[in-house]
Amino acid sequence: MFSLPDRRMVIAELLRDRGDLLVVSGLGGTTWDLASIGDHDLNFYLWGGMGNAVPMALGLALAQPNRRVLVVTGDGEMLMGLGAFATVAVQNPTNLAIAVIDNERYGETGNQLSHSALGSDLTVIARGAGIKNCSTLTELSAVGSFRDALHTTIGPILGVIKVAAGSAGMVLPPRDGVSVKHRFRHALFCTKGRISN
Amino acid sequence: MNTSNVVDWPAEIHSVLTRLEISLVAYVPDAGHRRLIELCIASEGMRTVPLTSEEEGIGLLAGAWLGHRRGILLMQSSGVGNCVNAIASITQACAFPLLMLVAMRGEEGEKNPWQIPMGRTTAPVFRALGVSVARADDAGSVGLTVDAMARRAFDGNAAVGVLLTQRLIGIKSFGK
Repeated sequence: MFSLPDRRMVIAELLRDRGDLLVVSGLGGTTWDLASIGDHDLNFYLWGGMGNAVPMALGLALAQPNRRVLVVTGDGEMLMGLGAFATVAVQNPTNLAIAVIDNERYGETGNQLSHSALGSDLTVIARGAGIKNCSTLTELSAVGSFRDALHTTIGPILGVIKVAAGSAGMVLPPRDGVSVKHRFRHALFCTKGRISN
Repeated sequence: MNTSNVVDWPAEIHSVLTRLEISLVAYVPDAGHRRLIELCIASEGMRTVPLTSEEEGIGLLAGAWLGHRRGILLMQSSGVGNCVNAIASITQACAFPLLMLVAMRGEEGEKNPWQIPMGRTTAPVFRALGVSVARADDAGSVGLTVDAMARRAFDGNAAVGVLLTQRLIGIKSFGK
């Protein structure tokens, strides 16, 4: 039987050899996923503001056009801010990659089915909104290709990565948003694109 | 005669934004912001970002600040209602600076009764969110108001809203 990849293997693959990548994560499961592979000064973890992960990454990408930006978020978080697909398409940031970790569930609230389990296709919605480079990924090897592309391809690119349902457990990053904000800004100011790993 | 016909107040606001290096302009269109939006689109150093909903602007400007770029959100008073959770859960939770310019509807002379409830709710909602509010109804001083509030935002990690009143921007006529 065909089985979808584990979300923690997916996040590890996405962030493999991250270099100077700037990363934003959406609240809930994807913030725990990002924390699961280790804290980093150039991570910004959302613990709230559902629906705003992609706009936040877009703002960062427009502010730092010479750096690559990855936003990792869940299907439920993405569904709350679908208009952001259109806003990203209009801006057409060459340095932005969007990875939607799609388990078709609201994992934080009891695994209720999300719209992506019930007929809504986030890849098609994003393409319809005007993002040209969109794909649905169901295998870890494809995630590896997406990882390479987010460092090299002219964006924006979007990957909806279907993952196995079920909780991966909570791994909590720092929860003081003020401190994480200052840390991120300071790290960016200090590195100016020269950081490696 | 309304002094707004004499003083080019959108141009004054635009020059304040330029002077303070506020270069990312997120907006949902409103007639009250029309000239300012046009000025910003025509500015080489500014990036304009049309939004599908005002809420996107809250995350967008927070992300821009993370990347060391200053921005502003232009919207109508109705849009303030769309931003509530994002302002609380992102801007205030992380003490991001946030500069908002709000074209008011639903105040004195409003001809669309559907605008009135949100118009009277705008300032109280901002205050409940901890957003500093200034009203600008005089064309001669609106530039100074925006300048002062912008400095409060970016120098003090504060959320601020400047309300451009209908006395300043005029009343939508609905063809009458």
